[in-house]
Amino acid sequence: MDAIIQTEKLSHIYSAGTPFEHAALEEVDFAACRGEYLGIIGRTGSGKSTLIQHLNGLLKPTSGRVLFEGKDIWETKERTRQTRFQVGLVFQYPEYQLFEETVYKDIAFGPRNMKLDEHEVDRRVRDAAAFVGLPDAVLEKSPFELSGGQKRRVAIAGVIAMEPAVLILDEPTAGLDPVGVESILGNIRDYHRAKNATIILVSHSMEEVARSVDRLVVVSKGHIPFTGTPREVFAHGDELEAMGLGVPQVTRVFHRLRAMGVDIDPSVYTIGQARAAVRDYLARKGAV
Amino acid sequence: MALKDITLGQYFPGNTVIHRLDPRTKLLFTVLYIVALFSAKGGVAYAVLFAVLCASIAVSRIHPRNILRGMKPILFIIVLTAVLNIFYTPGDPIWQWKFLKITVEGLWAAFFMVLRISFLITCTFLLTYTTSPIMLTDGLERLLGPLKKLRVPVHELSMMMSIALRFIPTLIEETDKIMSAQKARGADFDTGNLFQKAKALVPLLVPLFISAFRRADELATAMECRCYHGGEGRTRLRQLRFQGSDIAALILGTALVALVLIFRALGI
Repeated sequence: MDAIIQTEKLSHIYSAGTPFEHAALEEVDFAACRGEYLGIIGRTGSGKSTLIQHLNGLLKPTSGRVLFEGKDIWETKERTRQTRFQVGLVFQYPEYQLFEETVYKDIAFGPRNMKLDEHEVDRRVRDAAAFVGLPDAVLEKSPFELSGGQKRRVAIAGVIAMEPAVLILDEPTAGLDPVGVESILGNIRDYHRAKNATIILVSHSMEEVARSVDRLVVVSKGHIPFTGTPREVFAHGDELEAMGLGVPQVTRVFHRLRAMGVDIDPSVYTIGQARAAVRDYLARKGAV
Repeated sequence: MALKDITLGQYFPGNTVIHRLDPRTKLLFTVLYIVALFSAKGGVAYAVLFAVLCASIAVSRIHPRNILRGMKPILFIIVLTAVLNIFYTPGDPIWQWKFLKITVEGLWAAFFMVLRISFLITCTFLLTYTTSPIMLTDGLERLLGPLKKLRVPVHELSMMMSIALRFIPTLIEETDKIMSAQKARGADFDTGNLFQKAKALVPLLVPLFISAFRRADELATAMECRCYHGGEGRTRLRQLRFQGSDIAALILGTALVALVLIFRALGI
């Protein structure tokens, strides 16, 4: 598959040349393919936030390159700015960035900055609101009257309204209740299917990413030690735990079973797969 | 990341004699030093003041680079003062072009003025670099304690000051975050004329104010939950006590002022 966005030997050093110098990323090669649903996992301080801020040109690499559709995003000022519209980034707790008088105006901020005509802006605002499940009645309200969960939806809609080819979300479900988590993840999946967009979901919850993504990238101490399908990545259960990341609970149970000498496939990460693995094991055992 | 590089009021932890001095001593010494600085007239007095400053920096183990970096923002003021002094001091002209003239007196005045401002800034930097903001406000509150009798709300003022200091880094970080988030939506803070630039700040300032008010609210609740009710009858975890070194420092400070006044009287 061809990569829509990638980094080549990307390094970033904070406060270079001072006693507080700290390398957040070291020679990272990262790639996301067109239409892929990618998960990035890593602990706090692993460098994952630094990585995603490079992908839309908010941070400039200390060394290395960031390519969007094969072209360096820092080539010209105009390209950097255009990349920001093509690679949408939803920050953690995005509800704190709302500022307009009405929800409608706030969602329209991105599209207006793109200099689209009023008609197109209107269409995009309504589309984006529909994707995140905001009813029309909310559009004319002040964003500050809404509940926390709704504010979050408005903020996500504000990025979706730019209709980016790559949508990056940093912990979009942090601090929401389980119903809210499900619903937001569902909205993101809908957007992914409808627009065939590349989604990059950043999280530290293994359960959450395991259920959604096609491919996982693990970030640890400024490097990418593992990447692959969730099944491939979770096969490294012990190493992941050593990085302080842990694996989904069901995977942990199966690793333990394996360690106890049960001949069972340990790379499961959903309840459905677990059921199949146990059935398979019992069938084989019955056959003996 | 220019926002993060602000060093004003930054504290460099350490464990030198200067770091360990009572904050009241450091405040008083700084005041004495400034008094001496503004009484100084001749070269000898400035040399002594310079020596004291260098010795203090050496003892505090603060890298001179940090002090120079802190000077950068006020470089403009120093240059402006120097230029004004050079051209506007009456005396023997050594160079003249139309209404502009440079005098010998002007050059000397400019030279001493630059020294005076740099010493002043350096010694206050030394104070904030070696004293944590909490200690500083503690010291200030104790020093101004007597004003309580005049119904000056000293405790409240110092509490406000420590809270303000505490939230400077938080707000800088917050500004950075909101700026990034709005840039991700195509906000442009750098180009355009003054009016456009001011307008571009709205998406930054509105969320910033809202979050500052929210934080203030949360902090007030948290303080009330821990039964904060003002300074009345409040005791401290760290009691400030004068040590031998504090007395020595204060004697040194007083001696410095006396010395400078003697030099002034002698005219050297």
